[in-house]
Amino acid sequence: MGKKRVIPGFGLSFGITVFWLGIIILIPLSALFIKAAGLGPAEWWKILTSARVLAAAKLTFGASAAAAAVSTVLGLLVAWVLVRYQFPGRRILDAIVDLPFALPTAVAGITLTSIYAPTGWIGKYLADMGIQGAYSPFGVFIALTFIGFPFVVRTVQPVMEDMGLELEEASAILGAGRWTTFRRVIFPVLIPALITGFTLAFARAIGEYGSVIFISGNLPMKTEILPLLIVAQLEQVKYEAAAVIASGMLLVSFFLLFLINLLQRRLNWQTR
Amino acid sequence: MSISIQSIHKTFGSYTALDNISLEVPDGSLTALLGPSGSGKTTLLRIVAGLEFADPGSGHVQFHGEDVTDIPAGQRGVGFVFQHYALFKHMTVAENIAFGLTVLPSSKRPAKKDIDDRVNELLGLVKLDGLGKRRPHELSGGQRQRVALARALAIRPKVLLLDEPFGALDAQVRKDLRRWLRIFHDEIGLTTLFVTHDQEEALELADQVVVMANSRIEQVGPPQQVYDHPETPFVIRFLGNVNAIKDSRNPEAPIFVRPHDVGILFAAEADPATDRLARVQHLFAAGPVAKLSLRLEDGQFLDAELSRQQLDELGLDVGDPVAVRMQGASRFE
Amino acid sequence: MANRSVTTESALVRWLLIGLAIVILTLFLLLPLAAVFIEAFRRGSEVFIKALTEDAALSAIKLTLLAAGISVPLNTAFGLAAAWLITKFRFKGRSFLLSLIDLPFAVSPVIAGLVFVLLFGARGWFGPWLKANDIQIIFALPGIILATVFVTFPFVARELIPLMESQGSDQEEAAVTLGARGWQVFRHVTLPNIKWGLLYGILLCNARAMGEFGAVSVVSGHIRGKTNTLPLHVEVLYNEYQFSAAFACAALLALLALLTLGLKSLVEHLSGHSAKGH
Repeated sequence: MGKKRVIPGFGLSFGITVFWLGIIILIPLSALFIKAAGLGPAEWWKILTSARVLAAAKLTFGASAAAAAVSTVLGLLVAWVLVRYQFPGRRILDAIVDLPFALPTAVAGITLTSIYAPTGWIGKYLADMGIQGAYSPFGVFIALTFIGFPFVVRTVQPVMEDMGLELEEASAILGAGRWTTFRRVIFPVLIPALITGFTLAFARAIGEYGSVIFISGNLPMKTEILPLLIVAQLEQVKYEAAAVIASGMLLVSFFLLFLINLLQRRLNWQTR
Repeated sequence: MSISIQSIHKTFGSYTALDNISLEVPDGSLTALLGPSGSGKTTLLRIVAGLEFADPGSGHVQFHGEDVTDIPAGQRGVGFVFQHYALFKHMTVAENIAFGLTVLPSSKRPAKKDIDDRVNELLGLVKLDGLGKRRPHELSGGQRQRVALARALAIRPKVLLLDEPFGALDAQVRKDLRRWLRIFHDEIGLTTLFVTHDQEEALELADQVVVMANSRIEQVGPPQQVYDHPETPFVIRFLGNVNAIKDSRNPEAPIFVRPHDVGILFAAEADPATDRLARVQHLFAAGPVAKLSLRLEDGQFLDAELSRQQLDELGLDVGDPVAVRMQGASRFE
Repeated sequence: MANRSVTTESALVRWLLIGLAIVILTLFLLLPLAAVFIEAFRRGSEVFIKALTEDAALSAIKLTLLAAGISVPLNTAFGLAAAWLITKFRFKGRSFLLSLIDLPFAVSPVIAGLVFVLLFGARGWFGPWLKANDIQIIFALPGIILATVFVTFPFVARELIPLMESQGSDQEEAAVTLGARGWQVFRHVTLPNIKWGLLYGILLCNARAMGEFGAVSVVSGHIRGKTNTLPLHVEVLYNEYQFSAAFACAALLALLALLTLGLKSLVEHLSGHSAKGH
């Protein structure tokens, strides 16, 4: 580095960062794509359009999107209550929001399964209503919502805290009611954070494995998610197929994240 | 429309923010609430607006004789300009200005065309023609302030309330806008109450100045009267530089005299009945006004201001003895 | 107070929303938490203790501690270096580097395991060479560590970067002008300012490292008593229908999670700032 820098340690920190990124992230991920590229386009097409992969992809992306959407609504509500209202137990609830971050996914998986199984605490009521909780696509959705919803709370919460009351006062003094103020003044300010929260929840849900495999029942074509399909390929020592599915999955989710990011930037530009 | 505030009391927990405040704001006047931070002036403004409520049972706010104490802010018909404007960032300038009209219940809401016309009229009024499609972040500080003003006026308020209207602006913009607001007020004649901590701003702009300190009103009156006839030591100190000189007659209550009211004579001309002797300690003469720091015989310091011409006539230099005559001094006993 | 503030809702709406939030959080978070412990003690505390003290469980606990004990310090060192690089310097490719650091958040843990199998597995790139030299990575401790490092990669850096960005470099520059050298600047100026954020990042990193399932599951080979971490042991027991034992081990992991949350609240309390994030 020819340029003089006042603060020391550029070379060292640059070296460590790039070296560690290289051996832990970049080389292994390129190995994945190189392995997948070893198969021709025809093979790729055959693997990715097989009925089982398509069914798993549909479930993975569909359930993830649905779970992220529901997480966004629930997260907005919970964040609002935690930020705006004082009530007994608020601090404990606030702390417990992070539970899905801290709880190992396997623990979440077996616990949610026991609760939502047809004999479980909630599952039996669902069964009475004719809804199958665990061992169904709905079970997958439940696990993914559990995993995703803290992301929304934690991205929206700081924005709400920093929002201040002036905008709402300005709106009220101009004659707007509470609901109008929420709809036209507060909500637009929260949209970028809600999208970020949605994106984080969505990205996490697509890759989620531990909490889902217990509750889903893992029936091929019905309740099998993509990460599980990858594991299944590995167990049959079909490395190439596993690599192709993984690459396809990564590419699709990167593309989706990129699209959301683009939308985010447009909104940010508008509401800066 | 006049504003009448009657024995308003406001406490936040154990802290008293307003202590039995009564005030009349005449119809069409431009009144300044002047005081240091923590004096309660912003709380009073917010109570008039309906953003804050006085302690239950403590007093009333009336607009032109009508009691509005229990009327919600949105129905009081006040225009409020926030210190940092509180513009809606995701809306255009025009949408901001139209907001108060578009949130009216559909039975009272003007037709879209009428709203557009009103917005354009207001844009013209605040000299922002053609900027309706911009967003707040594309405007300068002074322009944003005028958008906030136009937004407040759109609902045809009965009174206009401004919280530190120039607080967030640069010195030059501040001066221009101050002058503009005075002219603007004279044109529309709307009863206006504004909060400021800047005495120069209050004295220059307002018809009536309300000096507040420690949750109370210290003095109310036209700017010149408040400046020339301060009623409390706080008012005299807050409205500009002042010397507080102790003498033997009553050491508890000093004499207050402004630097430009300190008369300076040759020591030989001293009248022992009224004058005191001093020496020039420091002299600063760069500028139209010469500033002197004098040391009285008993060791107290005194600031004085002279015109350059007077200084030249006296021919003073550091160390020279002088006689000091305190004209128009105030004493609060 | 007779009059309601213009920035709050009527008591009815307020309590309705609070009630709704409490119901959501209870059903969604507290109920599962309670279920872990109830299931764990369903057959009494004897079964619970036995499940945690049998050989396979003990070796799983040991392996989990070992894997976290190696991966967390590695990622802490990396996190410090990366945060220093990103926040103290402006250089070409900085924002690209920043997105690379976040990358593991967007990669499925299963894929994180898969990439190391592709590199070091029996049929992987280095497989034959490793076999010839009698080095085992996949289905062994090194593989478990690599997978854990991959998934916990961004945690410390992600916590430190916003914190150090907001603190700016004034103090470091002041220290340099006063004659402090590299390590001294970090040790005496930066570290005291970021210690709570750092601790918080390490906590999250550790929680994830000890609880990681997907990535470790792919590389471990599930060799009982040898390459099963505690979360994997839970799975094995569960699939063998030893539910009480599975939940006993799960309860231990849930305790770890609660401990993490408790410490996090404590850190927030001590540092006086709210350290929110993932």
